[in-house]
Amino acid sequence: MVELSGNLLFAAFVFYLVAILFFGGAIRQKKGLEGSPYQNKPVRSGKIAMTLTILGFISQLGYFITRWIAAGHAPVSNMFEFITFFSIMMVGAFIIIYSIYRSTVLGLFTLPIVLIIIAYGSMFTKDVTPLIPALQSYWLPIHVMTTAAGQAILSISFIAGLIYLIKTIDASAPPKKQFFLEMILYCINAVIGFIMIKLVFSIMNYQAVFEWVDKEGNTSTLKYTLPAILGPNEWNLLTAGRMEPILEMPAILEAQKFNTVIWSFIAGTVLYILIRLITRKKAARLFHPFVKKINADFLDEISYRSVLIGFPVFTLGGLVFAMIWAQIAWTRFWAWDPKEVWALITWLFYAAFLHLRLSKGWHGEKSAWLAVIGFGIIMFNLVFVNLIIAGLHAYV
Amino acid sequence: MEKVKCECGHINPHGTILCEACGKILDEKMNQNELLDMRYEGSARRSQTYNKTIIDKVWNFFSSVKVGVTLIVVTLIASIIGTVLPQEGNLSIQIPVNQYYEERYGWFGKIYYTLGFHDLYGSWWYLLLIASIGVSLVICSLDRVIPLYKALKNQKVTRNSGFLKRQRLYSEKQIDNTVGDIEIVKERLTKKRYNVMEENGNLLAEKGRFSRWGPYINHIGLIIFLIGAMLRFAPGFYVNEALWIKEGDTLAIPGTNKEYYLTNHQFILELYDESDGEVYKEALNQKGGVVKNYQSNITLYKAEESLPGEKPKLHKLEDYQIQVNKPLKFDQYAIYQSSYRLNEIAKMTFSLTDKESGQTFGDITIDLTNPEENYDLGNGYHVELMSYFPDFQIVDGEPSTKSSKPVNPAFAFKMVTPDKPQGEVSFAAIQQTIEPMGENKYKMTFKSVDTVNYSGLTVRKDLTLPIIALGGVIFLIGVAQGSFWYHRRIWLKQENGVILLAGHTNKNWYGFAKEIETIVHGTKIPVPVDQTLLKEKKAMEGQGGKSVG
Repeated sequence: MVELSGNLLFAAFVFYLVAILFFGGAIRQKKGLEGSPYQNKPVRSGKIAMTLTILGFISQLGYFITRWIAAGHAPVSNMFEFITFFSIMMVGAFIIIYSIYRSTVLGLFTLPIVLIIIAYGSMFTKDVTPLIPALQSYWLPIHVMTTAAGQAILSISFIAGLIYLIKTIDASAPPKKQFFLEMILYCINAVIGFIMIKLVFSIMNYQAVFEWVDKEGNTSTLKYTLPAILGPNEWNLLTAGRMEPILEMPAILEAQKFNTVIWSFIAGTVLYILIRLITRKKAARLFHPFVKKINADFLDEISYRSVLIGFPVFTLGGLVFAMIWAQIAWTRFWAWDPKEVWALITWLFYAAFLHLRLSKGWHGEKSAWLAVIGFGIIMFNLVFVNLIIAGLHAYV
Repeated sequence: MEKVKCECGHINPHGTILCEACGKILDEKMNQNELLDMRYEGSARRSQTYNKTIIDKVWNFFSSVKVGVTLIVVTLIASIIGTVLPQEGNLSIQIPVNQYYEERYGWFGKIYYTLGFHDLYGSWWYLLLIASIGVSLVICSLDRVIPLYKALKNQKVTRNSGFLKRQRLYSEKQIDNTVGDIEIVKERLTKKRYNVMEENGNLLAEKGRFSRWGPYINHIGLIIFLIGAMLRFAPGFYVNEALWIKEGDTLAIPGTNKEYYLTNHQFILELYDESDGEVYKEALNQKGGVVKNYQSNITLYKAEESLPGEKPKLHKLEDYQIQVNKPLKFDQYAIYQSSYRLNEIAKMTFSLTDKESGQTFGDITIDLTNPEENYDLGNGYHVELMSYFPDFQIVDGEPSTKSSKPVNPAFAFKMVTPDKPQGEVSFAAIQQTIEPMGENKYKMTFKSVDTVNYSGLTVRKDLTLPIIALGGVIFLIGVAQGSFWYHRRIWLKQENGVILLAGHTNKNWYGFAKEIETIVHGTKIPVPVDQTLLKEKKAMEGQGGKSVG
């Protein structure tokens, strides 16, 4: 069953990959301005792309259901499962937004991000883990799934915002704006870099075992699966023929995680520089041809609409259900646990977003930048808070 | 203050920008060619009208969305700072807090502690921020909702033409004989759930006005939530007590005024193993022991009122198995499984022994939670327990105890026997015996130890929960109302053979434009044009097959 589930996920990955090609084709063929009232109906390749997307979505749902049956609990209890579920919700959110706005450009940008997220999730252990007592509750699926859905819908606003920025920030825009837009694309590169480097070294079966001294002064061993640039506190390399660390981390910081982050940025940087060298263009300019024919106000509306739909859902899952469950499992509905605080930060951020938009007239570009920052906060909460800060929510 | 009379005859409050009834511009501040600013319907808001007294100034300060957003952003940044290092409340440490931050995080920790960030969310300034947001919510809402309500209530079907022309969606066309077309449009509008009103051949179609109240309703919810959170500090609303109870004990439940008692029969800790299924095998191999269950089997009693010092009579209420996620609930209390201590030393048994012959003269069993002073063994033998150190250590040559937990118990005995009537003193700790008064004839031989498990329970009563839940529900209703519905209005005016059509919505212009398109489709009534789109459309080549009004 677990194997079947994994195969379905892989099938979805392939569906999405092929769908991207067709979304690209749909944009080339389109004549009118997407999003204007005079827009042509979606062309055939757009329809094929959407069909493939829906097939992928169904396949991913199949993954989810079979894994639920196999595990005996909702598969949203570790990093792999949560990130994968988040990717399912993102496709779901895209399908909903597509049904309202029929924008194929949105698909062209959403699916690659979804692919990156699926690949990123599969870098974590895929073992089916039993639930610790705190997670044994029907609130686990209710809280986690609603939160993921809310975050996924909010992420669509990021995609629309990103397209908006790629469309409107051209070579004549202030260098600062161009720089920040490149930064966003660079960060995406870093995630791709992480996935690639992890894949390469896992294929090579790289392992280096270190003996180290933790903050309590105990000696233990640590297995690196990437060459150690950053070594643990008072390291002693036990595996012969492996790279020796260049720097030593203090005991309170988790050397291995920082090492992975460093590797991701190195790989991302190499990737980004290669793109720049080969194409001799800014990364954002590469995508510009795809977004020429979409109306900027239309993108702005998609972005805003996604926040309008996502915000209540996120509030419900990430704060209300979270509080109800915390009251049952942790005895109090609010504990100022880092993950909770970051959910509050996300909520405050989107609240500010809505107020700026409604009252200060922050439409268009300003709104697009905010949508990007909002996604940054969501990703920070998902990745860094879980892996680096960690509190009661640490389940990896 | 003087009222403003519009040419349509409606009397508007002082400070009105757009006439409540017909929409005529009364206070022209905007460029003539720009679209109207339709926020709050151009109604007279107190904050925009008065600015003289102190009250006006305070009101104007808090009614500003700019101030509100600033407060939100400052709170957001402060909240981020609080997640950099763990908060004091989430730590379980033995050493003093200031020492902890410095030892563990060095100079950074010291600064963090000195600035009070270790308890950031409980600091006066953080609470002040939250309170300011609360005040801002109330004033912002009042400043806007009342005039907005009046403006929407007083609106008329026939609108000023200048008002219509400066709407985002607008078109006009010279048409003769429109009766049939207007009937069709009316029918379609009704079908699309518009509320259609007619006056002298002019139409006002409106739907979803209630979505305009969404923001104010969600603000009410938030205020109720904040009031609920504040009430926690009111006496009687909140109980939060820890109850450590060992297996077999019956104790009064703290925080209940000795009204309730609880017996802990057994604490259970289960780990996952092979019997839990093949699927978990790999994960369990990787991680080792994964806990499956923490559980305390208890019985709950209610105590009859009793005199001080008297042992109360207990009436059994129920047996319950408290697990994580399954608290015991009774009256207004809930008892949670939150912690445990396993195999703690409860009793120790020693034998009084003659060192040379090995002959024993009886055992004493010391109950560590309640040690006796004297243990009589009969036949003239007895042992005095001179002192007891639960967590023995030697500081500056003096024996003392590190804590009150029996981690490393040590005892000073005085063994009184018929041949040593003065008694011999022996100091017994784990794996060592000291005879401070010289060589003894007798010794206390360690025989056995009884261990016991403790359940760490949390007793909680929180009467603010219903208020907080109410606030949350109202908030969600308000947010849904404001986000999922939209307020749409379509005006149709006939003036000297010209049809004017204008539309306004508070969000989702794209969908709205499409909807109007389908409503007027096939009639002579012109499709309204999004006037903000005109510019971009013109910039695009090969566009614009259709006429623009």
